Amino acid sequence: MLPLTIPFLATIGLATLGYFLGRSRAISVAGRDMRLLNALPHQHGLNTCFSTLLPPLAVMLIWALAARIASRKDVLLAPENPTLVYIILIGLAVAGLGLSMMRISRDFRARNASERWIMGLLIFASTVAILTTVGIVLSMVSETLNFFGQHDWKAFFFGTTWSPSFSGRGGDSQLGIIPLLWGTLYISFIALAFAVPVGLFAAIYLSEYASPRLRSIAKPMIEILAGIPTIVYGLFALLTVGPLLRDVFAEPMGLGDSASSVMTAGLVMGVMLIPFVSSLSDDIINAVPQSMRDGSLGLGATPSETIRQVVIPAALPGIVGAVLLAASRAIGETMIVVLGAGAAARLSLNPFEAMTTVTAKIVSQLTGDTDFASPETLVAFALGLTLFVITLGLNVLALYIVRKYREQYE
Amino acid sequence: MTDLSASKSGSLLTEDKRTAKRNAAEKRFRAYGLGAILLACLMLVLLLISIVTNGASSFKQTYMAFPVTVSQEEFDAAEGSILKTGAYNKMLQSALMDYLVANDLLGDATEDDVKNMISGEAAADVRRMLLANADVIGTEIDFSLLANGRIDGYFKGRVTRETAALDTKITAAQLDLADRMTEDGSMVTRFNWSFFTNPDASVQRPEAAGLGVAILGSLYMMAVVLCLALPIGVAASIYLEEFAKKNWVTDVIEVNIANLAAVPSIVYGILGLAIFINFAELHQSSPLVGGLVLTLMTLPTIIISTRASLKSIPPSIRDAALGVGASKMQSVFHHVLPLAAPGILTGTIIGLAQALGETAPLLLIGMVAFVKEYPAAYSSELGLFGEASTALPVQIFNWTTRSDPAFVERASGAIITLLIFLLMMNALAIFLRKKFERRW
Amino acid sequence: MNDIKIAAKGVQVYYADTHAIKDVNVEIEDKTVTAFIGPSGCGKSTFLRTINRMNDTIDICRVEGDIRIDGEDIYDPKVDPVQLRAKVGMVFQKPNPFPKSIYDNVAYGPKIHGLARNKADLDEIVEKALRRGAIWDEVKDRLHAPGTGLSGGQQQRLCIARAVATEPEVLLMDEPCSALDPIATAQVEELIDELRQSYSVVIVTHSMQQAARVSQKTAFFHLGNLVEFGDTDKIFTNPEDPRTESYISGRIG
Repeated sequence: MLPLTIPFLATIGLATLGYFLGRSRAISVAGRDMRLLNALPHQHGLNTCFSTLLPPLAVMLIWALAARIASRKDVLLAPENPTLVYIILIGLAVAGLGLSMMRISRDFRARNASERWIMGLLIFASTVAILTTVGIVLSMVSETLNFFGQHDWKAFFFGTTWSPSFSGRGGDSQLGIIPLLWGTLYISFIALAFAVPVGLFAAIYLSEYASPRLRSIAKPMIEILAGIPTIVYGLFALLTVGPLLRDVFAEPMGLGDSASSVMTAGLVMGVMLIPFVSSLSDDIINAVPQSMRDGSLGLGATPSETIRQVVIPAALPGIVGAVLLAASRAIGETMIVVLGAGAAARLSLNPFEAMTTVTAKIVSQLTGDTDFASPETLVAFALGLTLFVITLGLNVLALYIVRKYREQYE
Repeated sequence: MTDLSASKSGSLLTEDKRTAKRNAAEKRFRAYGLGAILLACLMLVLLLISIVTNGASSFKQTYMAFPVTVSQEEFDAAEGSILKTGAYNKMLQSALMDYLVANDLLGDATEDDVKNMISGEAAADVRRMLLANADVIGTEIDFSLLANGRIDGYFKGRVTRETAALDTKITAAQLDLADRMTEDGSMVTRFNWSFFTNPDASVQRPEAAGLGVAILGSLYMMAVVLCLALPIGVAASIYLEEFAKKNWVTDVIEVNIANLAAVPSIVYGILGLAIFINFAELHQSSPLVGGLVLTLMTLPTIIISTRASLKSIPPSIRDAALGVGASKMQSVFHHVLPLAAPGILTGTIIGLAQALGETAPLLLIGMVAFVKEYPAAYSSELGLFGEASTALPVQIFNWTTRSDPAFVERASGAIITLLIFLLMMNALAIFLRKKFERRW
Repeated sequence: MNDIKIAAKGVQVYYADTHAIKDVNVEIEDKTVTAFIGPSGCGKSTFLRTINRMNDTIDICRVEGDIRIDGEDIYDPKVDPVQLRAKVGMVFQKPNPFPKSIYDNVAYGPKIHGLARNKADLDEIVEKALRRGAIWDEVKDRLHAPGTGLSGGQQQRLCIARAVATEPEVLLMDEPCSALDPIATAQVEELIDELRQSYSVVIVTHSMQQAARVSQKTAFFHLGNLVEFGDTDKIFTNPEDPRTESYISGRIG
């Protein structure tokens, strides 16, 4: 570890000092008449402050990262003696302070200088989003490659059996993703089959038929569903929906005796997705111009004919986009399936049987004592990457469709 | 064209067959729509009822009150022994026995029955109290002690005489005893403050399990998220909305942010595990790592809502500032940003609420660990927010995986607590929006 | 003199508390073009929309009084607005073709009202309507191209064709040319004149020249009142009411 705490605090101290020094120097340079200055004293102070603060901070960040990467390859970038680190970093701060103080004069455009620093900060902040994506991809790709070094990639992508060995030593684990993908898709399908019609009809009714009174009650209620954390839905599946489905459907029909099942997780996930589908569809339906509705009603169409034959076809691309976004949500959902779907990887058509999903297995392989050398742990990264690629594809497609759709009516 | 001629010559006052059919279809369509809304509302109600009926009882807890005298010798002996709480436990058990005998409440209960009435956690509570005020040693104190989880369950309807018959951990004699003690007033069920302050307890002691550590951990993480996500999110939004030129770089950033908002949360957990724990070697289970992961997860939400509120400020405000000679940066920081602040704040609170309820990524960075010590915000050894902690939603998950049904009650109770927190945050957001909403 | 097609007596329209139409009495003839003119906000569009009950789609709107088509009260509770609107077609201010093919745009009305027995029948209705809309020659080769791809004037004629496809008896037009350029306007005006052969046409317009060109009867609305109604020639050359005269001569508007 680099000893960064002291240089960090020292830099902040110097920067604060720099602000006041810069300000007072600007005032003294101005003499009695402030108007002689090209910029306000405050701006001189800010420039000094940023000049002192930001270069050492940037160096710290880059150095820490580099040292971290180097230490993995047994190269030591951090010197044994912390003094050297202190000298470099604090020296940089002092140099920044000194240089910026020297630049203070009547003609110095301190406002532009300080704004350039601020702009740099703003740009840095907006690259965080990019860095996050890079971090996601890097973190998963390297470990996935690691995994494929120990486990055949064909067996992973095309294997129909999922049975990790519990000895932890590996070797005889069969890690095929097919049963997990099957569970994921089956549950997502049930969820969408429930959420899309309900959400869509709810959105249609709310935007086209409902009285303001009903709307003012029903809309917040549906929005509440959106604000409920998924762990709550998970518990709902585990405590209420699972046993109910088992007692009412599965057992009397002889389809199984498990409370956790594809149906349980799918239905509860469907409930979770209702507000998502309905609010997206609501936006999309409202984007269809009123003149279309008038045109149809003016021809003597009933409201429902207008909706089915004019509004929905006009909104279709947007609705497809919304459904794809919902599908991506369903595929990536974790807590509901962890608590509601079961843990057994299975390729079966019976919706009342327990199955498991990609996300549930990521959780089970990465919680508890994990050994980052064994394929049983590393497989989680390959699963994660697969999940990321699938949802990314769906999202990009969906966002593209929705954006195109909106442009059409703008 | 018979239909046509019918509609041509037909009177408007009579509904023709085709129109009747179409109107029936209209009614059906409306009914589907109304049905969908009712179904959604029904699901919400069902969910809330399920959680409340399962969890409301966790806010009450059964305690026993009887006098205990701990002499100085007993105290010294107990403190000198290896199993300190074990020694206290014996004292409590014999004190309870004495009390029952003296008040003629014992009935047919055996000595073991009586011993098991008291929660294993009670002794630790007594010890803590005695260590805190040494001057009560030697005097008779009226302790109020946690009853065993099964006894507690009996008063909440979770344990009945039928289930007790099948359960090795509770006997009918104990239930009789509990009834007699209740009549006598020495056993009461009252509001369970310690549910909010206690740390988690072992699998055998659901009666002592509380949310203290989880609430503290969640608070720490929210602090981290607020301190990082708000400034970074606002700065990024200002750049993208006010300064960025339209080119492929900004396009990539925009698409990227939209996608990040839809990336499954578990992926952020993998990111946290790989980058913050394995690469940066931050401490597992620490609120710092949890906060960082949630920051990255919340950032897109905050950026999207902040940009929306910046966009809602009319250009005339910017023009006015530029017109008096302010720089672009000054117009943004002096005029646009303050006007957009309520909207930004609302979006941030909603983002925080989302982060507060998030579970999956936290499981991967080890926040599911069993933590009995309250984490300090700063320790010299582990740094800022570095001590192991848990979080509200993870604690809920943790409890659902335990077999004792008493933990289901706790988990549901914890959900109610979590939902109340979320409700308060959302209410605040709505209040802010209503109070500061401005139409241009 | 033609038969009376639409007879309105004592019509009042309210939007929430606003009294938008005040006691309007008018008799509109069959096979005639009747123009409603007046300054913006005078209620002419509102009154037009009461004739096929398009105002029903606005929650806060309330209509009182008596409007009869062929002697039948169209606000009678027994009247289904759907049936009414098949009989009273409407063309809107902005061309609003559905995002469907040209063919489907025109076939939409006949389909929902069940006017065609089979595909051939429907083809025939569509062709006839497009010919009546004076747009057949321009689109006959691309019937399955989207209607939104046409020019503004073509779109508006498509919308007229769409309206006549349901065989209405009355055609309401709400400023049908306001979004069109002069050439397209001329084409639509010519079309309106042809449509007079078969329908009772009511047109709202903000352009007095247009009213003078296409209509036989003119009604002048002002602040929700029907100020004057009569032969177009008379209204434009020799108005009785001073308000009409001021409007015609451009002093109010």
